[in-house]
Amino acid sequence: MSSPKATLEKLPRGVQILLALGALALAAFPFVPMEGRDFYLQMLTQMMILAIFAMSLDLLQGVTGLVSLGHAAYFGLAGYALAFLTPADNPISLWWSLPLAAAASGLAALVIGFFVVRTHGIYFIMVTMAFAQMIYFLFFDNKALGGSDGIYVYFKPDATAVGLDLEDKTHFYYFTLAALIGVYLLLRRILFSPFGRALSGIRVNEHRMRAVGFGTFGYKLAAFTLAGTLAGVAGYLWAAQTGFVNPELMGFHMSAHAIMMVILGGMGNFAGAIVGAFAFEYVMHFFKDLTKHWQLLMGTFIVLVVIVAPRGLLGLGERFAARKGDQP
Amino acid sequence: MSELLLSAQHLTKRFGGLAAVNDVSVDLFRDRIHAVIGPNGAGKSTLTNLLSGDLPPTAGSIRLNGEETAGHAPESISRMGLGRSYQKTNIFLPFTVWDNVRLAAQSRERHSPWNPLHWVSSARGLARVNERCERAIELAGLTHRTHTVAATISHGEQRQLEIAMTLATEPTVLLLDEPLAGMGQAEAESMVALLQRLKKDHAMMLVEHDMDAVFALADQLTVMVNGQVIASGSPVEVRNDPLVQAAYLGEEH
Repeated sequence: MSSPKATLEKLPRGVQILLALGALALAAFPFVPMEGRDFYLQMLTQMMILAIFAMSLDLLQGVTGLVSLGHAAYFGLAGYALAFLTPADNPISLWWSLPLAAAASGLAALVIGFFVVRTHGIYFIMVTMAFAQMIYFLFFDNKALGGSDGIYVYFKPDATAVGLDLEDKTHFYYFTLAALIGVYLLLRRILFSPFGRALSGIRVNEHRMRAVGFGTFGYKLAAFTLAGTLAGVAGYLWAAQTGFVNPELMGFHMSAHAIMMVILGGMGNFAGAIVGAFAFEYVMHFFKDLTKHWQLLMGTFIVLVVIVAPRGLLGLGERFAARKGDQP
Repeated sequence: MSELLLSAQHLTKRFGGLAAVNDVSVDLFRDRIHAVIGPNGAGKSTLTNLLSGDLPPTAGSIRLNGEETAGHAPESISRMGLGRSYQKTNIFLPFTVWDNVRLAAQSRERHSPWNPLHWVSSARGLARVNERCERAIELAGLTHRTHTVAATISHGEQRQLEIAMTLATEPTVLLLDEPLAGMGQAEAESMVALLQRLKKDHAMMLVEHDMDAVFALADQLTVMVNGQVIASGSPVEVRNDPLVQAAYLGEEH
């Protein structure tokens, strides 16, 4: 049944169990006594944030079939929003700064999306990249916007109203985990909603969607805006966690990494984006420790995965499971 | 005379210097099948594309259920009650038959891509959509294939699926572009029977090469050559038209 635009939407039981185990492992991790606990805690927090970012891109790339090469712009904008909103002498409330920062990204995605979702294929890739580069240089070249050095975020957002102290690494870790699970469940829900079904239809055959009466422009723009908003959630968390934003957050590399994460894990089901983000970051750290020419190894790794597992790591797992199941 | 549902007047479509469709007028009535025949390149598919909005006409007017549709987007023409099938099978190959038809049926619900409630509701729970979908699949005779992936069913069944998707949008006007193309004898016969059943509630334009089917089904026949109508009338009139005999049906007729 491998027609080209098929994606693995319904997750096989085995994958579901693995995901649940993974979530449990993440939930249990802070309780494991180990040396350098804080370091690993921070690293996992970053992986989870990037997983949210990759999932937001998957809504466009894997579900709707819109490959955006400028998705990092919306990631970075919310981070900058947090940096600008946070005063130099005291923290800012999480409850309104997070929605505001995500909305800023969403608004940018709405405005840019209005122009870019009219284009198709390679042109879509080019214009999303062009807009992202414009935003990148807007921040890079403007001293008032932090310039090439970026801006510090002096305080983590304040969430003490619900007993969370985000300055505490463990608290921040659990808050990010909750956000990861929340975004995943929301996106899974969307995938099987009338809206999500329409987006899948647009990926497979937009022409036919229009012929049966779907105004695809509105659907694509809504998806682009929602993806930008969720990328903003990730960018906000990133800025809060690292305490620092710079233009690289919106740069070309960041966008390209997100695409690779989604491809690596498997497109169109969000679980793949999570697996891809963790695998990508893990392998990247591994190669970085090995050699300073890690990018060469990383490139080789991605090429190998695409050849061996065209539907990503999840697709690979599913293939093995299916083969086992096929045996009489 | 029965109800006039679609009326196209003096349609012209030019591609550069070439008039693919040149001053063509077509009227479609409920409970009547209007067949359009002609050799390859006569402009039949272009005419279909003009009526469905896939291509904007260079000149001319199209009134669908009393409203002007020339130059409108295909999705709005579809929602005004026009359904079409494609000459080259145009379906959602990786989806099951059910999901293919369900999407078409969903398009008749309110479109609200900006409503978050629309994002978190379940597509499977839309009772009206499911009902429409089931009916369309049954009408097209695909019930036994409901949960099969569209890429794996036979060519004839894919043609039936085309029709099922079109029917799920509950159109009043049907444009069928070579629904019998590439079908075997038995499949073709059941398709002809299906079209006969559909005739009562729809105004139908049928572009077809299979002359047996055309003469079995058509109430009215239009013959196109090089973008122009050379004859139009009842099948008997057209069959006896000397111009048609020379240009299209050949000497043996």
